[in-house]
Formats: sequence, C-alpha cells, structure tokens
Amino acid sequence: MSGAEIVIKALADQGVDVIFGYPGGAVLPLYDALFKQNSVRHILVRHEQGAVHMAEGYARSTGKTGVVLVTSGPGATNAVTGLTDALMDSVPLVCLTGQVPTHLIGNDAFQEADTTGITRPCTKHNYLVKHVDDLSRAMHEAFYIARAGRPGPVVIDLPKDIQFAEGDYLGPDEITHRHYRPQTVGDPARIAEAVDLIAGAKRPIFYIGGGCINAGPEACKAVTEFVRATGYPATATLMGLGAFPASSPQWLGMLGMHGTYEANLAMHGCDVMVAVGARFDDRVTGRIDAFSPGSKKIHIDIDPSSINKNVTVDVPIVGDVGAVVGQMLESWKKKNPQIDGKALEKWWGQIDSWRAVDCLHYEQGQAPSEAIKPQYAIDRLYQLTKDRDAFITTEVGQHQMWAAQFYRFDKPNHWMTSGGLGTMGYGLPAAIGVQIGNPDALVIDIAGEGSTMMNIQELGTMAQYNLPVKVFILNNMWLGMVRQWQELLHGGRYSETYSAGLPDFVKLADSYGMTGLRANQPDQVDDVIKQMLETPGPVIVDMVVSQEENCFPMIPGGSAHNEMLLGANDHQEQTKTEDGMVLV
Amino acid sequence: MAVLVDNEPGVLARVVGLFSGRGYNIESLTVATVSEDESSSRINLVTSGTPMIIEQIKAQLGRLVPVQDVHDLTEEGPHVEHELALIKIVNAGSERREALRIADIFRARVVDTAVDSFVFSLTGSPEKIESFLELMRNLGDVEIARSGVVAIQRGEKRKKDV
Ligand SMILES: Cc1ncc(C[n+]2csc(CCOP(=O)(O)OP(=O)(O)O)c2C)c(N)n1
Ligand SMILES: [Mg+2]
Repeated sequence: MSGAEIVIKALADQGVDVIFGYPGGAVLPLYDALFKQNSVRHILVRHEQGAVHMAEGYARSTGKTGVVLVTSGPGATNAVTGLTDALMDSVPLVCLTGQVPTHLIGNDAFQEADTTGITRPCTKHNYLVKHVDDLSRAMHEAFYIARAGRPGPVVIDLPKDIQFAEGDYLGPDEITHRHYRPQTVGDPARIAEAVDLIAGAKRPIFYIGGGCINAGPEACKAVTEFVRATGYPATATLMGLGAFPASSPQWLGMLGMHGTYEANLAMHGCDVMVAVGARFDDRVTGRIDAFSPGSKKIHIDIDPSSINKNVTVDVPIVGDVGAVVGQMLESWKKKNPQIDGKALEKWWGQIDSWRAVDCLHYEQGQAPSEAIKPQYAIDRLYQLTKDRDAFITTEVGQHQMWAAQFYRFDKPNHWMTSGGLGTMGYGLPAAIGVQIGNPDALVIDIAGEGSTMMNIQELGTMAQYNLPVKVFILNNMWLGMVRQWQELLHGGRYSETYSAGLPDFVKLADSYGMTGLRANQPDQVDDVIKQMLETPGPVIVDMVVSQEENCFPMIPGGSAHNEMLLGANDHQEQTKTEDGMVLV
Repeated sequence: MAVLVDNEPGVLARVVGLFSGRGYNIESLTVATVSEDESSSRINLVTSGTPMIIEQIKAQLGRLVPVQDVHDLTEEGPHVEHELALIKIVNAGSERREALRIADIFRARVVDTAVDSFVFSLTGSPEKIESFLELMRNLGDVEIARSGVVAIQRGEKRKKDV
C-alpha cells in the first residue's frame, strides 16, 4: 500500500466518514487516493482556517473526532488559528498536513514550513512521519490521543515522499500507545470526602464547565441527575451551556464576566463549590484574590494541570466527569444524607432575591422608529426555534454573550462557540461543520457583522454543498465588544471600531444564490425569523440592531464577582484601576 | 526534577517550549538516553518557584504525551546531586602552582596540560564547583564548561522507564 492509501485506510478504520480540506502540491498523492475511494467524503473549504473550525463544529456537535487535510507551508500556517482554538476549547481533531519530501526538509524548500515546530505549542501532540513504517502507528495514535483524557488537536505532518512510499498497514487493534493512559476513575477517598462536604453544605453551588460536554451526553445526564438529587443551584461556564438544562428551576444562568447576577453572587457567597469539568478561567473568576472567598472547593477535572492552577481547591478529584460523578451519585444514594433543609431554604431565598433584580432585563419599544435590540432579536429567535432542537454557533463579541444569555439550552452539544481563544470567524465555518454532521438539523450561526467578515469566504462552501445554514447577523455596525470597552474604559474614544465598508448582506446572499433577508424595525423581527426558518436552503439574515447597546451584566477586568455592573447607569461607580485596565 | 520521556524527536523542544511558553525558569537541564533499548531518555532539570508553581510544572510536564513520569527529587527525599565541570585556566608562575595546589584540595583532575594552561575536571555538588571556580578566577583567565546537575534518589528504589 502507498503511504497515501495507508492514511485513507486508517481514516476509514477510525470511522471517519468526512474530512474538511484544501489541496496543494504537498498533498497531491493524498488527494489522488481520496479520488479513488468512496468511504471518506471530502468537503472542499475556501480557507484552511475554515476547515479547522468546520472540523471543530462537526466534532462538538457529533461527539466524533474532526479531521482536517491541508497542504504544506501556507496550508499548515493557515490552520494554526483553528488548531489553537481547538486546543483552548479541548476539541478532538486530527489535522493532516502535507510536507516537502524528507530529503528537502530543512532546505527552505518551496512551501516548506516547520509545521511540527510551529504547531507544537498549539496542539496536544504532533508527529512528523519520516518512515512509511511509522505511518499506521502515527495515524491510530493520533486518534487515540485526540480523544483520550482532555481532548485536543493532533497534527500529523506527512512528507510527500512518505505519501508515495510503499509500506505495510497496521489496523487500529494492532496499535496501542506505550504509556499514555489518563486517569479516568476518581480516587474513592476523595469522592467520599466530596460527598460529605456536599451533604453538609449550607450555601452550595454547582459550577459546570465544558469538560462535562466533552465527557459526553451520558456524563451530562449523570451531572444533571446528581444536581437534581441534591436540589442545589447550578451555573455553567460559556463552554458548559447545555450540560445542565436551562429549563430547570435549579438553573441560575451562565456565570462569569457577562454572567447573571444570581450566578455570580451565588458563586461569591457559597460555602461549598462543586466545580465539574471547569477550569477557573479568568473570564469566570474575575479578580482572583476576591474569588469566592468563603467557600470549600471541590474540583473534578480529567486534566491534573487544571487543578490548583488559578485557584487553590480543597478537594481535587482527577478523573473523567462521567466516571467521577457516577461514583459520587452512587455514594450519595447509598448514604442518603440528611441535608440542611433550613439553611438551603434560606440560600434559595437569597438567590431568589438576586433573581428578582432581573439582570437581563431590556426594553424593546415596538414603534417602527425604534431600533431593534439585539437581546430582543435573540429572545425571539429562541422563542421561535425552541421546539426545533436547533444547533447554535456564534462568532465572537457582544452577540456571542447575548446569545449565551438569551438562548437557552436544555441539551449538550447544541452550542458551539469559541470560548478560550475567542476567535472571530469561528461561527460561520463551525456552523457548516455542524450542518455536515447533522444534515437534517436546524443550524444557526448567531453572528456579528465584524466577525462574519473574518471567514466570509466560507459562504462559497455553504453554496457548493447547498447547506441550509442560517447566518443570523446582529448587525450593529461596530466591533461592538471592543467599542463597549472603549466606552467604559477608554473615555469613549472609538478608535478603529466602526465597521466601515461592509457589503450589503442581502445582495451578498443573492450573489451566492442564497436567500438574504433584512429586518430594520422591531415589528419585522418575527416575520424575518419565520421566513428564515421556512426557507429550505442557506439564508443570511441582516438583523439591523441598535448601535449603542452594551452587554450587561458585566464584571470589568480586575473586579470581583460582587462588583458587577448591571447596566448603563452603573458606569460612574466602577473603579477604573490601572490593574484592571491592563487585563483583557 | 527527573523526567522520564520517550526518546523521540521533538521531546526536548516540547519540554523547553513548555517552560518558556508558561514563563517557568530553567536553571539547568541535561538529557541522555537511559534505557537499554534507547527508547527512553531521562531529563534532569533544575527549576525554582513557589510550591504552587512547582506543582503546576509537574502537572504540565505530566500532560505532555511523550512524558512517562515526573519525579520531584527535592520533594521525594534524600538524593545525590552531581555536576561535572571542565575548567581551563590560563596562567603562569606562582599562580600556576597555586592553581594546581587548589585543584588537589578539591580533588579536581588534570585532564590536559600545556605550558601556559591546565584543564581540570571536577565533579561534585554545584556549590563545590562554584567555590572552586571562584578561586580559579583569581588565579588566571578561565573558560568553563558545565554539564548541569544530574541527580538520583538514595536507596534501593528505582525510577523505571516504560
Ligand atoms: C480574530 C480576532 N481578532 C480580534 C478580536 C477582538 N475582538 C473581540 S470582539 C470584537 C468585535 C466583534 O465585532 P462583531 O463581530 O461585529 O460583534 P459585536 O461585538 O458587534 O456583536 C473584536 C474585534 C477577536 N476576538 N478575534
Ligand atoms: Mg458588530
């Protein structure tokens, strides 16, 4: 078998049915092998960054590993942003990159880049295959490593001569990694300790992260069951949305920089915090020395390096969320602990008073002269699609935070957003990947006009495969999130944040043979959304929204959870410390 | 710290990149294969930081796929630390004789002699090497090559590679 055939065979044996790629000189043998088979489908993208985000969307919505194929040099460097995004958000990917033939490596050959060198810090692991006999092992190990433990992207760099070389193929069953075996089951002593702590809590909270989603739908079910068994309140990070149903009365909404008042104050005031597959990221903790000062913290994570990294915890449990929460649930049921009903009643009373602040409140006047509020547009989108099991992707900015606040998720794997890296240009290709993985589903990219321009070329991919993705642009004519920071922290000096030179999105849709729709007034919102949903093919919606609207609540950089800004009138009170300003 | 790793291309770059990327210190680092079949290497690494940072370093190293095991020898108890230094000193006359006398006290071996120079080989703790160097610097022009520290735990327990 040729190296190229080995690669394709390995993909097929790993259960890969679709890959996202872009051809070039250094991957010609692979494209030739692809041409001659029909077990693996190839989606032709328009830019390699798009390919990686598509693979991410595919992976996060299906639970499978996403696969990317790009050429050497510029193909590989174009993929770097996507790989970094996948690393930060723990998305399992395998990215195959072409490379110049082995005898030319190091010679500054045409389209040579040190791909393993460049991608070392932005992948979980990478390989440069220098002998065709190592190829099967690299392929199968890559799939194992991408998924085992904390998932992440793996790059396999494939010199062109290796793709041509003849070698023997080894199947997945013939290959195991020498020693890479992340711990999945929790230490029983720690579990017992955690369960006792949880049982004795007076002001508890569950803090749920993206690790639950990565652990799979069964793990999310276990988490949900455990939270229900305790009756305690639960919040989630941006990445954890959907792991616990937003329709539950125990749900407090998202926490963090743009999280709800009740979630952040409950985190601040709790006495027992149960962090499940969350990593105490700075968007979540706010000022670290003021983060939840009075609580005992339990931290469940599959990555030992996440524990005690930002926040020191009392009960660390290394393991897979599904396994560990399963163990906890079992122990909980066995012990059937007597929880402190009185204290909990008081705690819920406190939470209800925070809820009564109604921190996500907005006013939408209905007169035609009124601007559409972005919150209203998402609210309506949610109301009109909530029975359709929709998959939502987002770009990055205010619209992303509003989507997180106003779209409500009851199931995991339905919310795809760039959390860790905050990559503008993620949402459109990610939505394409989701649609490829879920051909019959309703897939909506809640976008900003600025971010949409970052990978706008992927409209070509949408058109080519006639993917019925709905691109729902909240067009505020500004790089809104940056404009908001300029307003709040830089004296309203709006340096380079106006979205000038935008295309007419409706005409743009038209030129791609898609449907373009626009709403300018509040009373058009429902009609446009309905029309969008009734259109079978791809649609771009230009939702022209208020330009001034800011995203609240907000914990400004360098502030604590209890120093939240609730709205526009809260500005003056905020402390503009130097320390806070240097934070992003 | 003793880090057992798969002996594969790029593994050292991963370890070093981790330290620079996350802003940790490397005071010294040495690496060589240690298994009979050459499939495993041992990285001996000296670093510093608060206990929380040292914990992080260990966890971050442990997360690298080709890393088999990470041992914090300082934490794990009594161990032997050794470093090798080759010191060339260029001088003459009484200073030359004095250099030889001090080398004898430190049990440094003369591994090369020329009319105006010696090369000494000295092994021992970094502190011992440091004090020897200080004396030598007073006695002539010196050039120094140091190996960095290697260390091993005392007693019968062995750190095994995979
Ligand atoms: C690739 C990239 N470049 C820059 C940024 C910084 N940034 C964060 S949000 C934002 C504005 C996004 O504008 P838009 O997509 O219109 O969304 P809005 O905030 O207006 O809803 C920018 C520039 C980023 N996150 N990603
Ligand atoms: Mg905008």
